Amino acid sequence: MDRFRMIFQYFQSNSESVMNGICGLLALASVKMYTSFDFSCPCLPQYNVAYGLGIMFVPPIILFLCGLILNRQSLVMLEEWRRPAGRRKKDLAVIRYMCSSIMQRAMVAPVVWIIVTLLDGKCLICAFSGSVDPEKFVGFANVSTVQVQQLLAKVPCKDDELMKNNTSRKAVSRYLRCWSQALGWSILLILIIAAFLARWLRPCFNQATLLQARHWSNYIDIEQKIFEETCCEHSRLFAHKCILHFFESMRQEIKLHSFSLPREGEEAEGEEDLLRGITDQDQVNKLLKTWYYEKPPLDVSQAHQR
Amino acid sequence: MDKFRMIFQFFQSNQESFMNGICGIMALASTQMYSAFDFNCPCLPHYNLAYGLGILLVPPFILFLLGFVLNNNISMLAEEWRRPQGQRGKDPSVLRYMFCSMAQRAMIAPAVWLSVTLLDGKCITCAFCTSVPVETLGNASHPHLSQGEIQRVLARIPCKEIYNGQQLIANEVAVRYLRCISQALGWCFVLLMTTLAFLVRSLRPCFSQAAFLKSRYWSHYIDIERKLFDETCAEHAKSFAKVCIQQFFEGMSTDLVAARCHLSRKAPADAGEAAEKLLGITDQGTMNMALKSWHRCKPPLHLHPPALPTENGWAGEGQPPTHPSAPRREIAAYYSWV
Repeated sequence: MDRFRMIFQYFQSNSESVMNGICGLLALASVKMYTSFDFSCPCLPQYNVAYGLGIMFVPPIILFLCGLILNRQSLVMLEEWRRPAGRRKKDLAVIRYMCSSIMQRAMVAPVVWIIVTLLDGKCLICAFSGSVDPEKFVGFANVSTVQVQQLLAKVPCKDDELMKNNTSRKAVSRYLRCWSQALGWSILLILIIAAFLARWLRPCFNQATLLQARHWSNYIDIEQKIFEETCCEHSRLFAHKCILHFFESMRQEIKLHSFSLPREGEEAEGEEDLLRGITDQDQVNKLLKTWYYEKPPLDVSQAHQR
Repeated sequence: MDKFRMIFQFFQSNQESFMNGICGIMALASTQMYSAFDFNCPCLPHYNLAYGLGILLVPPFILFLLGFVLNNNISMLAEEWRRPQGQRGKDPSVLRYMFCSMAQRAMIAPAVWLSVTLLDGKCITCAFCTSVPVETLGNASHPHLSQGEIQRVLARIPCKEIYNGQQLIANEVAVRYLRCISQALGWCFVLLMTTLAFLVRSLRPCFSQAAFLKSRYWSHYIDIERKLFDETCAEHAKSFAKVCIQQFFEGMSTDLVAARCHLSRKAPADAGEAAEKLLGITDQGTMNMALKSWHRCKPPLHLHPPALPTENGWAGEGQPPTHPSAPRREIAAYYSWV
């Protein structure tokens, strides 16, 4: 009993920290993915915007879905939401609480990706180099419209022949990067202020409801884990009884069909016990064959009737 | 029993995490394989497509099969599928559950290979370099080359050192274009896989939760039962071997006593355990004979009860063999599905 209590206390205290750990790992994974990803802007007029914005927004969606998939509590919440009411009422506040905590954790990695992307600047330079006003930059000011689009599209590619050592290219690049970093820092600041306010002001609103919702959401989580543990324990015991029953019935059958004298005074009681009356190559072969061809029924109540 | 309980709880609780661990290791192995693989585009018109698509599609297939091979449960699934019905019915939903969970785990490493390949871009660049739209990206009309010549020139795009078509289309432009397409495909593929995984995982509680709990319980049960049966058989084999060998030595010793016509000596009361363990064999000649007969004439797999005296010391046919062919009919064939 003590051991179970320790295990469940572990689960209780660590359910939150396990989820926080996964959240942190996903955030780190998103940074690593960004740094190892080989960003190569196509430098073609229509493709730039699609590529740049795609790289900025598609991986966050993937990371968000991963955050939902890897979080065990999302399954628990879905089950709680979809179960028939039965003899236990459903509390929508609990489900809302679970949903919001899951969403918050799942949003961390996408936000990290977007901020890292903006602070690095390559995506925005690639996507919006074609949209800058060419009049502001000396090298692009007096060029025909069609050509200026082509030239601006090549700005993100430093090694392109037309763009090597072009000071206007560097100017456009710096301009866009400045906007990108400003946007990145602003978003970061806004999010941190929002998180700070949410955490500080939460006790001012509905603290009692919050405590209840948190308690019951923990309860549902633990109940689910204990149910799975109990099922495992049960299936192990069931299998044990089933196999013992099987060996016992083999022994009965052998007794019925063999003509051996009843044995008395066996010296190695322990060994006999383990041998369970199977003492012959043919008997062992028969046992193994019966195990395959005729598995015993899943009914161990018969064991008590012998 | 306590020891078994701990071991089985470990297996049960860690079966999933063990399989997930193997899954993760294979995914890492596939990224490692890709980075260690020396990709060499042939830069010839028709070979490029074959090589590129081959590298893209053949290793995932191998990794998928490997995922099944490394999964211990595949033999359990096959056994459950092929066994005769006997007294226990077969539930196809359990088989489906087992197969689905194995297939899902086996699909991760191939998906990782495909994503890494597409995001890296070399395969698609190699395979589709001859299909680059020269009209929009380069100078289609500048050199008057035949179609075949153009194809040969374009095929050399991945090999920068031998590329000679700068006037036709710049190498960097073509490579950037192909890589952009490849990365877009890669991200779309990852998004698709993740969305599918999310849908599969989240739609299940909405539709078939009860059936799912049932299938999961019984598939775990089958696994545990098989392990427990193997353990019980191993235990039995150990005892069988022990008793068989004990009887062999006793038989040897009885035989020698009979052959030498010695009076049976009672072991002195204070000889203790050591004398018992000698099993009546106390000199070099006897030991040699025991070893020789163990090699030349192993005892039959038939343990006779120790109370019955046998006239021949060799473990002979002390009892008539049992008749294993009688069918069992003593229990009614109920089975209970929880």
